[in-house]
Amino acid sequence: MNELTNRALNLAQTKGASYADMRVIDLEMQTIAVKNGIVEGISLDTSHGFGIRVIVDGAWGFASSARVEREEVDKITALAIEIAKASALVAGERIDLGPPEVHRDAFRTPTTLDPFQVSLEEKIDLLLACDEAMRKTKGVTVAEGNMAFIRERQVFASTEGSSIEQEIIETGAGLEATAVAEDEVQKRSYPNSFGRHQGTAGYEFIERYDLLGNAERLGQEAVALLSARQCPSRVTTLILGPTQLALQVHESCGHPTELDRVLGTEASYAGTSFLTPEKLGGFRYGSEIVSITADSTLRGGLGTFGYDDEGVPAQRTHLVKDGIFVGYLTSRETASQLEQRSNGTMRADGWSNIPLIRMTNINLQPGEWDLDDLIADTDEGIYMEMNKSWSIDDKRLNFQFGTEIAYEIKNGKWGDLLKNATYAGMTPQFWASCDAICNDRHWDIWGTPNCGKGQPSQVAHVGHGASPARFRNVRVGVMK
Amino acid sequence: MLGRRRIRERIEHVLSLSKADQTEVVFMGETEQLTRFANSYIHQNVGKEDVGLRVRVVVGKKIGIASTNDLSDAALERALESAMTAAKFQQDNPDFISLPEPQSIEEIDGFVESTAACTPQKRAEAVRSICLPSREHALNASGAFATRSFEYGVGNSLGVFVYYPTTLADLRTVIMSDSGSGYAAAASLDVEEIDAESLGQEAIDKALRTRNPVDLPPGDYAVILEEYAVSLLLTYLAYMGFGALALQEGRSFMVGKLGKKIAGENVSIWDDGLHPKNVPMPFDFEGVPKQRVDFITTGTANAVVYDSYTAGREEGKNSTGHALPPPNSIGPFPWNVAMDPGQATKEEMLASTKKGLWVTRVHYVRPVHPLKTIVTGMTRDGTFLIKDGEFGRPVKNLRFTQSILEALSDVEMIGHDTKMGREGFMEDFIGGVRVPALKIGKFTFTSTTEF
Repeated sequence: MNELTNRALNLAQTKGASYADMRVIDLEMQTIAVKNGIVEGISLDTSHGFGIRVIVDGAWGFASSARVEREEVDKITALAIEIAKASALVAGERIDLGPPEVHRDAFRTPTTLDPFQVSLEEKIDLLLACDEAMRKTKGVTVAEGNMAFIRERQVFASTEGSSIEQEIIETGAGLEATAVAEDEVQKRSYPNSFGRHQGTAGYEFIERYDLLGNAERLGQEAVALLSARQCPSRVTTLILGPTQLALQVHESCGHPTELDRVLGTEASYAGTSFLTPEKLGGFRYGSEIVSITADSTLRGGLGTFGYDDEGVPAQRTHLVKDGIFVGYLTSRETASQLEQRSNGTMRADGWSNIPLIRMTNINLQPGEWDLDDLIADTDEGIYMEMNKSWSIDDKRLNFQFGTEIAYEIKNGKWGDLLKNATYAGMTPQFWASCDAICNDRHWDIWGTPNCGKGQPSQVAHVGHGASPARFRNVRVGVMK
Repeated sequence: MLGRRRIRERIEHVLSLSKADQTEVVFMGETEQLTRFANSYIHQNVGKEDVGLRVRVVVGKKIGIASTNDLSDAALERALESAMTAAKFQQDNPDFISLPEPQSIEEIDGFVESTAACTPQKRAEAVRSICLPSREHALNASGAFATRSFEYGVGNSLGVFVYYPTTLADLRTVIMSDSGSGYAAAASLDVEEIDAESLGQEAIDKALRTRNPVDLPPGDYAVILEEYAVSLLLTYLAYMGFGALALQEGRSFMVGKLGKKIAGENVSIWDDGLHPKNVPMPFDFEGVPKQRVDFITTGTANAVVYDSYTAGREEGKNSTGHALPPPNSIGPFPWNVAMDPGQATKEEMLASTKKGLWVTRVHYVRPVHPLKTIVTGMTRDGTFLIKDGEFGRPVKNLRFTQSILEALSDVEMIGHDTKMGREGFMEDFIGGVRVPALKIGKFTFTSTTEF
């Protein structure tokens, strides 16, 4: 591999690149899906290729190919150079990457049980047992379960002298029970919605979440929701469960702190951000108990790695500290514009895409409360959990989210089950109304394996640490 | 580009080695170059080439799937072996009947050489024709210009072999002032049909007119939805209910409604993969020819799309040629949706509106209640008050929470011209949604934002 990377980097420099890096990736993925007692699909996929990123005349070029061969490396390097020269035709400021990043290292996701060594039978048996348990409740029309296992081996090399090898292993699983009645569809998921929960871990991740122990409950809850009361429409106290709070952090803190968005380079697609640079260090993002970190060093998080995709080491930094907005997610190029050093968040979707600023593990730091005490301390309100619907404006201010399940809280006690729960707000006002966060006993890193961004569109695997939290004066029950 | 012969040879190599009862091989190849600009300069410029070969084997009623992007003999043999391993661990799927038999496929010429040969320099010149006028107006241009070529091949052990090369050019731009923004987009098989300068002017015009927007309280308003907005709403309508799997599982708004009125009599919505003004594709990912499917005809729910699996689950149904590559959890999907045009111009819609809102585009649309087709989303890049038949002040963006079918039951005027939109997740499909602008009597806005 060194021969190919050296060849590409030397050729790039010979053809005028002031900087170049190359990533060569081997990806292996196994997915299993069951539905209503049938193994609907077992898929074993591989993908192999390389991407070369160059700076020529102060502008970027990138090209990639699936054919990892000497002649193809030459061709693709030349194409990257040609593309960069075309970029210079409509150039902005010359790219400044800041100080060099030179690292020679290797990183491997620590695992207890290699998921590719666990037999397909064992995985299928577990999913089918869960499927059967979900369908025990009369009225469940669709029961689904899936598992995904990924092994990505990457070599990164740059003209600055970096040479980094990484092996990232991901494991994920999810269950979903759907019940249907006239004019009503209700769904319950576990451990997280939209397919599955995922982490950088081995098969021990599956064992940790006790899928079978939760499957029957999902079916019962999906059916119960069909006849549950509609979530009332009012302004009230809202307690968000951990997975919904993870989504809230993702949409209203993770994305708006991406410095490329802030600087306008995502404007035409996902949008920009209300967290403009003059707010850095002084803007009140939330109440004093709200502290949010970006931490790619946390063991097991889906946004955990050794180095990002431009060779910057994994780090932990604050985005919000004691309620004040204090940091962005940065790349080398964007950090240098703020006279900072990258905090290592450039990540690409496979070998064929250019790295973009992406979330790592964006975590709402745990507070002091036990959930039982928090419920007991709430006179009137609604508890909502597990995302079902999400929409937010293109500066990440106005949001409206819906959850799979909700409960009324009355006089400090759990009340009626509620269906079709939604809540809406404006990001800084919402976080300013946060007056209680549960402690680390309730805290976990929730994996989001489907974060979309960029053109061509890329999917990133990110994590969000969260425990339940309480928000005051929130508008709930927004439904036509 | 590998070409028909090479792709057929690779597919047949796998089929010849397979010991499964039935075998299917899907080839997908893509070359994409994309020039992305922001702050009125090119900030990202990429090219990629990839191929994918997906093998589906059927042993009895057990199905296994594997894929690779390595076309060497050894890699294809490994993929076949992996698919057989996967099938071995399956249980019988009683709903599976058979892979499709060969059918005649309509010849379509969807490959435009000028798109396939478009250079980074040519895209940069197009981008410059947007960025320079933007700079002259002290505006900030952003967007992406992509040119792509694709090759699709499907073969199976029952004798199917189909091949189709095609191209697609896509340009979209958002141009911003310090307090407003405008949008324009176009897509075509032929890059020469993309008029970058004119798209830039369209977005610049909106960006200038949306400066200093005013607050408007949420509530019910008559709306004129430009084609960009209609396109994304129909994309989500298709997602929520125009596929057979959603119908069979009770998740579609079409359940119990076939033959019944679900929209206004002036509304007809259909899918036609062969329509030359969409993004045509003669077959689906099982090699079945595309059929036109009329979802809603003069307001009445009529039909949904099928693949061979969902067709096999219903008596008397055949695949309509809408299979996605295996495996997929959403089932068959229409990716060339269109709505019948009407007679009105947008100027006439404007002149007929005493009070209402003009919506250029909607953003981040998501289902809230799929059976009621309720979605939420934001307006974006050009929202104006309409007063006494004329444009009033630009307004700050609003959030809507609205049933799409209720809106389609209240369509007062339909545009004569149509535009193909590739908004939202449709951007990831080789397809589009061709629609007219609509004037709708009542549309519910539930909150506002600060810009």
